[in-house]
Amino acid sequence: MRYTTETMLVGLAAFLALLGAGFAADVPFREHAYVLFVVLAITTIVMMRRIDFSGDKMIPLRADTPGDRTGGRVVARSETAVNTASAGSTASIAYMDDVVRYGVIATVFWGIVGFLVGVVIASQLAWPDLNIQPWFNFGRMRPLHTSAVIFAFGGNALIATSFYVVQRTCRARLWGGNLAWFVFWGYQLFIVMAATGYLLGITEGREYAEPEWYVDLWLTVVWVAYLAVFLGTLVRRKEPHIYVANWFYLAFIVTIAMLHVVNNLSLPVSFVGAKSYSAFSGVQDALTQWWYGHNAVGFFLTAGFLGMMYYFIPKQANRPVYSYRLSIIHFWALIFLYIWAGPHHLHYTALPDWAQTLGMVFSIMLWMPSWGGMINGLMTLSGAWDKLRTDPVLRMMVISVAFYGMSTFEGPMMSIKSVNSLSHYTDWTIGHVHSGALGWVGMISFGAVYHLTPKLWGRERLYSLRLVNWHFWLATLGIVVYAAVMWVSGIMQGLMWREYGDDGYLVYSFAETVAAMHPYYVLRMLGGAMFLAGALIMAFNVYKTIRGDVRREVPMGTPALQPAE
Amino acid sequence: MEPDYHAMRAFADTWGLLAMALFFLCVVGFVLRPGARRSADEAAAIPLKED
Repeated sequence: MRYTTETMLVGLAAFLALLGAGFAADVPFREHAYVLFVVLAITTIVMMRRIDFSGDKMIPLRADTPGDRTGGRVVARSETAVNTASAGSTASIAYMDDVVRYGVIATVFWGIVGFLVGVVIASQLAWPDLNIQPWFNFGRMRPLHTSAVIFAFGGNALIATSFYVVQRTCRARLWGGNLAWFVFWGYQLFIVMAATGYLLGITEGREYAEPEWYVDLWLTVVWVAYLAVFLGTLVRRKEPHIYVANWFYLAFIVTIAMLHVVNNLSLPVSFVGAKSYSAFSGVQDALTQWWYGHNAVGFFLTAGFLGMMYYFIPKQANRPVYSYRLSIIHFWALIFLYIWAGPHHLHYTALPDWAQTLGMVFSIMLWMPSWGGMINGLMTLSGAWDKLRTDPVLRMMVISVAFYGMSTFEGPMMSIKSVNSLSHYTDWTIGHVHSGALGWVGMISFGAVYHLTPKLWGRERLYSLRLVNWHFWLATLGIVVYAAVMWVSGIMQGLMWREYGDDGYLVYSFAETVAAMHPYYVLRMLGGAMFLAGALIMAFNVYKTIRGDVRREVPMGTPALQPAE
Repeated sequence: MEPDYHAMRAFADTWGLLAMALFFLCVVGFVLRPGARRSADEAAAIPLKED
């Protein structure tokens, strides 16, 4: 592999970033452009060091005999012939798995970063002295946490698994050659630029879409390439039917592209400045934001991960999905209903009443496809429930589906206007989000990582199943602590806010409600720390598995003490 | 802007809604059509064909 053109392009981009820093219209853009320059310059150096400059790889001088060059061309042609011959034989398809391996490592890495920042900001809420100004205060760290877990951890998990699943279920190599590498590294660059931008104070102020216009444009380029790779592979498939997991992945990719573009329509103040203004104003802007925001949940955190569920649970349980026909209905019902649910984030605001009610009604209708999907996932194990005793990876996937069912029950309930009048703006919402994100998204991703690691690195099995079991219990208990604490504190908070005395005045000041929540904030931090500890165990387990170590241990499911004979 | 908005809203809650509902019903009908079980079972087995 010679990547000479790519190296030159990255070097050119580094130079342009330096120009951007020089001509910057404002200080944040200058700082951000320097960050970009450093990242791209290091990338250029790393890529240049991988180019082979030894004699025979150089462009031949004119003085060399022309015979050599024709000879080289003949060799090249015969190589192509060999390639087509091997591609023509259907004995085995060479899947492109290197990029998936990188994706699995990136998933684990960004997961730990995201969970760690989560524990830090939970601590900042409990002990405000931990806010380090200006870069590490809560306001800048919070989008760092949400973007790190959703887009860095979840996004990498989705990209890696979608590349793996689409190749296996289509029995075709990824389309576009090195385009998949562009998607992977381009996405990492997006993450780095988004994260450093938040810490520098660069933000659009749109929840879950905070990056400014130039980072948004970059993500659009990467995402179109992702769509091209995925669609190209589907088109080249050797399997006549497109397996349902790919439908979910494709819906995720297409819808996120649409949501991202519309939500981020904005006008930069300067083409060398960090600030932009939204194309919408007032209530239209708010509705666009939550149309994006809720469908990011629906199509990024749900549809994409359902794609994972429909591939990895059947694989890990080694039996087909319970009802394939239910999965198709699940798919169409989910995508038709989810897109209308966003207005439930704007109950009792300036949004027209009919739109609020529409959002509520569609949220409640979502109960049916969500639970249909959950039943489909769980019933895949019918007749094989005993595997849960011996396979903690499968147990992880099953608990994730259980959390999916729980949070998709809680969500529609909270979208009912009378419930929402209590729950909105309180910690109950935070608890709900985390039971879905840690429970459903986190656990199914961990399950996929554990399933993939031995396969991708050609290992007999994971380093240790006992450690997976530890991870399972730490994560599960961490989520339970987190969600339960947030229920209590959120409902308490909502009730304190609405408490009127006989004199018609509010009973509690806002500061009093904050003080009352302190113990719950401490407990929430502990729940998050347990979840982080589980993830660290996973990182260790994955590292040892990749190295090829196998821990000698008592197999899962055997009783601790054998009766004496 | 105002008339455009009302026209689009009127379209969304009449013909748009009807078209999407009909499409969904067709999907359900197609999935549950007689004889679909065999092809569904074949499709469900796709992930288990390889490693």
